[in-house]
Amino acid sequence: MESGFGSDFGSDFGSGSGGGGKLDPGLIMEQVKVQIAVANAQELLQRMTDKCFRKCIGKPGSSLDNSEQKCIAMCMDRYMDSWNTVSRAYNSRLQRERANM
Amino acid sequence: AREGRGAAAAGDTGGTGMDAPSAAGLGGADPQLQRFIEVETQKQRFQQLVHQMTELCWEKCMDKPGPKLDSRAETCFVNCVERFIDTSQFILNRLEQTQKSKSAFSESLSD
Repeated sequence: MESGFGSDFGSDFGSGSGGGGKLDPGLIMEQVKVQIAVANAQELLQRMTDKCFRKCIGKPGSSLDNSEQKCIAMCMDRYMDSWNTVSRAYNSRLQRERANM
Repeated sequence: AREGRGAAAAGDTGGTGMDAPSAAGLGGADPQLQRFIEVETQKQRFQQLVHQMTELCWEKCMDKPGPKLDSRAETCFVNCVERFIDTSQFILNRLEQTQKSKSAFSESLSD
């Protein structure tokens, strides 16, 4: 995962509007969206790593053995499935709540 | 057009009980930026809650990760989300009632 997204603002400002020094809101919004997406991905990875470590690693050995690696791989996929299920369920609930108002 | 996912209406079931901060101070006088900030803030609240509920519900619904999410686990996740939001609303409602019926509630909080 790239860590350089949006980290260097200095060179981008003003370039979209002829370098006149005026900030381009469209550009700012795009960069903010990218940074938000990166932050969400990092959050997801952090929680996934936590959960899958708990599920798959018993007594930590000197390396990850094959069964542990297989478990982690499956765990990652199941965590994504779970995340998507939760996202859909929450979205449905929000829509239902809004429809009832 | 309001975004379907994040733009919860006044009766926000997000469970935080907090209104979105006014975007007037952020983004300055630019209405386009203000709107953008409002929308993105709502979307982030949604995302954060999905992260939180996924974590909580994983503990309750997932035994050993298998080759796919079986229907029992899937149902459990859906129920978990619904009950979490019910819990949040219940807490807010009861808190509101308690404050109405006992004016001393806020005093008892500071004991």
